[in-house]
Amino acid sequence: MRVLAAMSGGVDSAVAAARAVAAGHDVTGVHLALARNPQTYRTGARGCCTLEDSRDARRAADVIGIPFYVWDMADRFHEDVVDDFVAEYAAGRTPNPCLRCNEKIKFAAVLDRAVALGFDAVVTGHHARLGADGLLRRSVDLAKDQSYVLAVLTREQLDRSIFPLGDLTKAEVRAEAAERGLAVADKPDSHDICFIADGDTRGFLAGRLGETPGDVVDASTGAVVGSHSGAYAYTVGQRRGLHLDRPAPDGRPRYVLSITPKTNTVTVGPAEALDVSDVHAVRPVWTGGARPDAPVECEVQLRAHGEVVPATVALDGDRLHAELRRPVRGVAAGQAVVAYRPDPAGDVVLGSATITG
Amino acid sequence: MLDEALEAYVATAREVGNASSLHASGRRARRRVEESREQVAAVLGARPSEVIFTGGGTESDNLAVKGVFWARRAARPDRRRVVSSAVEHHAVLDAVDWLAQQEGAEVGWLPVDAVGRLDPQTLRAELAAHADQVAVVTAMWANNEVGTVQPVAELAAVAAEHGVPFHTDAIQAVGQVPVDFGASGVAALTVTGHKLGGPTGVGALLLARDVPATPLLHGGGQERDIRSGTLDTAGIVAFAVAVETAVKGQQEYAARVAALRDDLIERVRQAVPEVIYNGDPTDRLPGNAHFSFPGCEGDALLLLLDAQGIACSTGSACSAGVAQPSHVLLAMGADDDRARSSLRFTLGHTSTQADIDALVAALPAAVDRARRAAALRTPR
Repeated sequence: MRVLAAMSGGVDSAVAAARAVAAGHDVTGVHLALARNPQTYRTGARGCCTLEDSRDARRAADVIGIPFYVWDMADRFHEDVVDDFVAEYAAGRTPNPCLRCNEKIKFAAVLDRAVALGFDAVVTGHHARLGADGLLRRSVDLAKDQSYVLAVLTREQLDRSIFPLGDLTKAEVRAEAAERGLAVADKPDSHDICFIADGDTRGFLAGRLGETPGDVVDASTGAVVGSHSGAYAYTVGQRRGLHLDRPAPDGRPRYVLSITPKTNTVTVGPAEALDVSDVHAVRPVWTGGARPDAPVECEVQLRAHGEVVPATVALDGDRLHAELRRPVRGVAAGQAVVAYRPDPAGDVVLGSATITG
Repeated sequence: MLDEALEAYVATAREVGNASSLHASGRRARRRVEESREQVAAVLGARPSEVIFTGGGTESDNLAVKGVFWARRAARPDRRRVVSSAVEHHAVLDAVDWLAQQEGAEVGWLPVDAVGRLDPQTLRAELAAHADQVAVVTAMWANNEVGTVQPVAELAAVAAEHGVPFHTDAIQAVGQVPVDFGASGVAALTVTGHKLGGPTGVGALLLARDVPATPLLHGGGQERDIRSGTLDTAGIVAFAVAVETAVKGQQEYAARVAALRDDLIERVRQAVPEVIYNGDPTDRLPGNAHFSFPGCEGDALLLLLDAQGIACSTGSACSAGVAQPSHVLLAMGADDDRARSSLRFTLGHTSTQADIDALVAALPAAVDRARRAAALRTPR
C-alpha cells in the first residue's frame, strides 16, 4: 500500500513509520506544522509543533530512507482544535484536544488530503491495536494506551488507518528506535497540551477569554463561599485552587460540582455529590460491530487514563446513555465516554460519544 | 561536482600548505590561489585584484550589501539608503532587511513587472529622487525562481550616472548566460561554486578596486583586508576550474539546454492547457521553466512528481519547513493562490529528452490529484 506516515518528531511516530516500511508499504513521511508561528515555539516548548520537532522528524525520515514533507495544517488546527478548546471551556465543558485533533486533523484533514493525493492509508505512532478484524483495541502497554483518544474515529477513518505500535510497550518502542538508529530513541515523552507551551492552561484561557470574576457557591446552602476570576478555568471534580473564603460547615473538602457559564458561577460541594451513575452523551460513533438496537453490557471509560467501570450502554438516535454499575466521581461534560468490550486479546473499543452530563 | 573540479580539489588537498605562510609549501599554496584568482578573473572579465574569495554566495551577498553600506555610510552618515529589487534571493533580501531593522537603513524596494523584470527607468526614478542618500544598489543578474534575466548593464549604467555602486547577485547567471564583470559596468558581483559544478562553500565577490567595503570577518587581513580567514586552497582551485569550465562551455550548454527547455514548455502546455508560464519568455535562464498550475498546490504536485522520480521545486519554506508563497511571484503581481500553485523545473547538464518524456507522462494525473487535494483545503 501507499501510505502516509504522520511524523511528529517523537519516537513513536518514527518507529511506526519504520515499521510500515518493514511491512512492505510504500511510505511517505509528513510532519504537520500546527503552530501558526513556529518560531515562537523555538525554545523550551514541548509537544508537537516546534522547529526542533520538525527537524527531528526529518532526521528520522532520512534515516528510515523515506521522502519527507511538511504540511501546513496550522489554520485547520487553530480552528478545529485550539478555538474549539477555548470555546468548550467557555461553555463550561472540559475538552480533550488530542481527541479533537485525531477526529478533525490527523484522521480527517490529513487523511482526506492523503487519499486525494493517492495514498491508501495514514500511519501514526498511536499506542493502540487495529488488526485485520478492523477492531480497535487497547495497546499491550496499558499505561500508554491511546485507544481512548482514537475511539472517536469512524469506521471509514479506521479502515484507512494503520497503528503499527499496538503490540509494543513504550520501552520496546524505544529499544526498537535505538536498534534502527533513530536518534529520537531517548527523546522525552510529550505530556502537555502541545499548543500551551508553558503548560499553564489557566493562563492560556485567561489570555483568550479575559478575566471575569464571579462567585463560588456551595451547592447545599446556596451561600457564596468564595470568588473566582473566570468560571471557565475550572473542571468538574477539581479540588485544588478553589481559594474558598470559609471552610464548609462539615469541615470536609469541597470539589467543583458544576460550572454555569451563563451566570459565571462555580458550584462546589462534598465529594460524594460528584458521584455519577448515569452518563448522557451525544454524537455516538460505533465501530466495534453493528450499531446495537438493544442495551449493551460493557465497560466504559470517562476520561483519558480514567478508571474503567462496568455499565449498560444504550444508543438512541444521536444520543448515548450509559448506566454505570457503580458511581464514578468527576465526570466532566466535553470528555468522551468510550465503551469497551473486555477481551483477552486486548479490550475492544465498541464506540464513543461526547458527554453532556 | 564536475570531474575536472573534483580532480583539482583532490590533487590540491593532498598538498599541505597555508597560502599565508612564507615557507615553501605556503608559497606553493599561494601560487595555486593566485593562479585560481587569475583564472576566475580572466573568464569573468575582471582584474585578478577584483576577485575576493569567500565562503559562498550568501557570504558574498552579505559582504556586498552590508559591507558597501557600512563603508559608504561611514564616509557620509546621511548616506543610509539601500535600493534593492523586490525579487532578490533571501541572501540579499534578508541582508537588506537586517540593515533596515538593525542599522537604521532606509530601503527603496523597486517593483518589477509581470515577468519579473526590473525596468531601468524604475531605478532611474528612484535615484533621481534619492541618489545622495543611496549607499548601495543591488539587483540580481538572473532570478533563481522564475529565471528572468535582468537588464544588468542598463541598470548598472543608471547607477553609475549617479555615482552609486551597483551590486549584482550573479549566482544563477554564471555559466548559464554571458557574464562579463568589466563590460557590465557593475561595481560588485556575487558568484558561487556549487551552482556551476564546483564545491559547496566556496565563492567569490568581484569587487571593483574603488568600491569601499567594510569587512564582515576580521582577522588575518587576507583578501585585500576585506575577507579574513585562512584560504581554502583546494576549494578555491576547484572553484576556479568549475568557473572556467562553465563559462567556456556556456554557449554550447545554453543552446542545448534551452532547446530541451522549450520542448518541455511546449509539451507541458499541451498536457495541461490552463498552465501559466511565468517569467520573461525570452530574457531567461536557459534551463529554467516555471509554471503556475491553477487550482493546485505546488507542494502537493511536488510530492506526487517526486514519487515518480521527477525532481522539481516550489518556492522557499520557512525554518519549520512550511511552504511559503513566493515573494518573487507576489512581486510579479500573482495572488497568494497562484503563488502557491507554482513549480519550477530546472534542466542542467545531465538532463535528457527522456526526463521531459517522463515529466509529461506523469504531469496530467498529478495535476488532477493535486486539484482534488486542493479542493479540500479550507479557504484562506
